[in-house]
Amino acid sequence: MEKRGVSQYYGFFITLAVCLGITAYAPSWGIKVFTVAFRNTLFMLGVIPPIFILVGLFDVWIPRERVIKRLGDASGWLGIMVAIALGAFAAGPLYAAFPVAEVLLKKGVSLRNVWVFLGAWSTMKIPMLLFEAQSLGARFALTRYAMSFVGVLVIAFLLERLISLEEQNEIRARFSL
Amino acid sequence: MKDPSIPIFYGLALTWLFVSFRKDKEKTIQALRRAYRSFLFILPPFAVVILLISLLLVFLPEKTIVTLIGEGSGFVGYFIASIAGSITLIPGFVAFPMAKMLLENGAGIAQMAVFISTLMMVGIVTAPLETQYFRFRATLWRNLLAYFYAFVIGYIVSIVARW
Repeated sequence: MEKRGVSQYYGFFITLAVCLGITAYAPSWGIKVFTVAFRNTLFMLGVIPPIFILVGLFDVWIPRERVIKRLGDASGWLGIMVAIALGAFAAGPLYAAFPVAEVLLKKGVSLRNVWVFLGAWSTMKIPMLLFEAQSLGARFALTRYAMSFVGVLVIAFLLERLISLEEQNEIRARFSL
Repeated sequence: MKDPSIPIFYGLALTWLFVSFRKDKEKTIQALRRAYRSFLFILPPFAVVILLISLLLVFLPEKTIVTLIGEGSGFVGYFIASIAGSITLIPGFVAFPMAKMLLENGAGIAQMAVFISTLMMVGIVTAPLETQYFRFRATLWRNLLAYFYAFVIGYIVSIVARW
């Protein structure tokens, strides 16, 4: 099941071929694409190291039993609140949330709580709320925040229903040691 | 597009790394090994996403997006705002002032709420990353649900704003 070696990069090769095709057809556009890609790579290489270091430290230092108790299948509403808090007090783009989600799955956090966490990270971050209120007004920001809160829960519960138990187990199995 | 939270992340990571190293050298090395393994796991889809973002930025720059969602009103406006929000990746601290400017230039408040909500919750370009962890079906459903829910948010925000 697990893809290994070069085959993992097929998607990358295809996308790269498209970019090279653009370069061959319209060199000025192609050069722009690769310049932006180079800049993006540097930018992301600047963002991601601390996230992975924190994830690694969390993995080694925080015992699985404690995480399961707080955020596992039997954690109930308290677990949901902890998952929201984890996401809301985070910072950074959504792609940075995925490695964190990985370590949460590894530690036995329920899939529903991981989805709640991802939802909270994507749209309920407190620093973003403050910034949104500043630009667009408190009424706009708070209404959107309250609606997002409901939405994050609804989406997580619906996902739990829509994704079959076997598939949920397969997702979790990839990360359980 | 410098994210102000990056220095905080570095501060946190280095502090904890230092504390961890003082407490247990072996464990810290193990933590760094796991960090590296997590990075390798995400690298293949990450490489794809970097190229996709670059294509998007070149062929659909922010200026174009601003004019697109600024002009549409009514149902078409909702639709354009939702599509623009779903495919672009603009950090909040750029998107909020952008939305404010659009509002001042006559864009609808509901459309802006839809744009911001899809921007944050729906990620077509980052879907390859998401599938690496959650597989195709869960990724598809999460994004679809978030997409439709964004319209609910837009509707409610416009009602509250008119109060």
